[in-house]
Amino acid sequence: MNIPNELKYTKSHEWLKEGDVVEVGITDFAQDALGDIVFINLPEAGDEVVAGERFGDVESVKAVSDLLSPVSGIICEVNEELLDAPELLNSDPYGAWIIRVEQVNDYEALLDAADYEAHCAEEA
Amino acid sequence: MKLIFERSVPGRRSAILPSCDVEAAPLDEAFARQRELRLPELSETDVSRHYTELSKQVYGVNCGFYPLGSCTMKYNPRIDEEAASLPGFTGIHPLAPEADTKGCRAVLDEAARYLCEISGMDAMTFQPAAGAHGEFTGVLLIKQYHDARGERQRTKIIVPDSAHGTNPATAAMCGYEVVNIASSADGCVDLDALRAALGPDTAGLMLTNPNTVGIFDKNILEITRLVHEAGGLCYYDGANLNAVMGVVRPGDMGFDCIHMNLHKTFATPHGGGGPGAGAVGCKDFLKDFLPRSALMEGEGRLQVRAFAGNFLVVVRALAYLKTLGREGVPEAAKNAVLNANYLMQQIKGSFEPAFDRVCMHEFVLDLSRFKKETGVSALDVAKSLIDRGMHPPTMYFPLIVHEALMLEPTETESKQTLDEAAAVFRDLYRQAYDDPEPMHTAPHGTPIGRPDEVKASRTPVLRWRQD
Repeated sequence: MNIPNELKYTKSHEWLKEGDVVEVGITDFAQDALGDIVFINLPEAGDEVVAGERFGDVESVKAVSDLLSPVSGIICEVNEELLDAPELLNSDPYGAWIIRVEQVNDYEALLDAADYEAHCAEEA
Repeated sequence: MKLIFERSVPGRRSAILPSCDVEAAPLDEAFARQRELRLPELSETDVSRHYTELSKQVYGVNCGFYPLGSCTMKYNPRIDEEAASLPGFTGIHPLAPEADTKGCRAVLDEAARYLCEISGMDAMTFQPAAGAHGEFTGVLLIKQYHDARGERQRTKIIVPDSAHGTNPATAAMCGYEVVNIASSADGCVDLDALRAALGPDTAGLMLTNPNTVGIFDKNILEITRLVHEAGGLCYYDGANLNAVMGVVRPGDMGFDCIHMNLHKTFATPHGGGGPGAGAVGCKDFLKDFLPRSALMEGEGRLQVRAFAGNFLVVVRALAYLKTLGREGVPEAAKNAVLNANYLMQQIKGSFEPAFDRVCMHEFVLDLSRFKKETGVSALDVAKSLIDRGMHPPTMYFPLIVHEALMLEPTETESKQTLDEAAAVFRDLYRQAYDDPEPMHTAPHGTPIGRPDEVKASRTPVLRWRQD
């Protein structure tokens, strides 16, 4: 299970990378539990996201799952490459960012890598 | 195997017709076909072999054990087929004069009476073609009811997270906002979560009881009371009615409307796309909102399907009900529950039940520990079962159980079949620890092993094209 130290995590298995803008994706644990991902529904740049609320969904061969935003803010960029190649979420979960958020003004309860690892161990 | 078009040989025919003894009358050019019809050209032998070969590629309940959870793949008695094949039923046209359709009306009336008795409802329509269509019709009843009372602020339908995916889809199709509520640790409705979700904007609740993990919700009376108290209505998804038919009635649990899958619970053939019948029943106060059919009295209101729906499915269901009778219907339900518990106990000790308690007609195995220890997934086990001559159970559902396999043996299986199935499960469990490799690539004995599911989802090819 790959859980990079420099990232923050949510209990619903999104990762978050802080910087000038906040980058959001789904974790290795999430992609492994979902199985092969075949579709993704993305929001649009300019959309508002709210911490803990849905901003899109991913469909795997098993199920459709909501994507929950770890932050509140405005989406400045979406990774449109994923529309044609959602399998990147499986092959490179930490490279395949889904949205970039600016004007961040609120956060979900975030976990560091160690706490997230413990959380995954509990769920597995 | 070859498609029927690929078997085609130019000029080959099945029937030799006498030459036409009247003068040919050419069709007006405007109506003439612009290109050849290009139907397959085959002899009767070719056609017969084609369909026989096709039938060998499928696995049905007539081939062997088929424990597909929440699908109630029970055996469909031949006597029901015989009733549905009677020329008085197969030869009738829905627009035939009333005097000629009296028998068919009697079938619909009698079937409605029995099904109202079983469900605790007061009125019924047979128009919906299957379960999801029935849900759609039922939730439209709820919508009509609120609209008629001027309560258009009721915009939300509550659906538990263990529900069949069709429930939230139905609510969304009817224009409602779906409120998903979490299940409690025992897989039932979390009363606190329900209370928190209820409000003046609640249109209703959609629920399956017993639920998808095969547990009867002990709080059902409190659940429906809370929804009614908030001004909402309760919709019963009849997917799991087989566990309780003739024993306890959804109407007595507090539900206001319901759909029943005649093609599951009442033993008409299903799988592979129908035809089914999603009979919708409701309490008296909703009956004026039911869709009308041409065979029913009264002025036309909105229909959800032409005429009386899939009528011959209703004939089969009625034949089934009349064969079983008042004693047989609850006995079938009880045997379905007994079989599920017996199979669960026989498998327990290898694969683990997700909820280790007495179940109803189906149960869920949780393979997450097993997968961690062996690397063998629920999918691998499901695929391996195919090589053992069994249809796999439902997998990865319900979503609240990871690595889930959901088994529903139904009442029509013998103890011997259940013992054999349990032995196969125990055997595969052991194999996963000893020699897991072949399980990752199973099945090995079918024409197609593992289809590319990603490709099938992303770029499905659903029809053959000549060019």
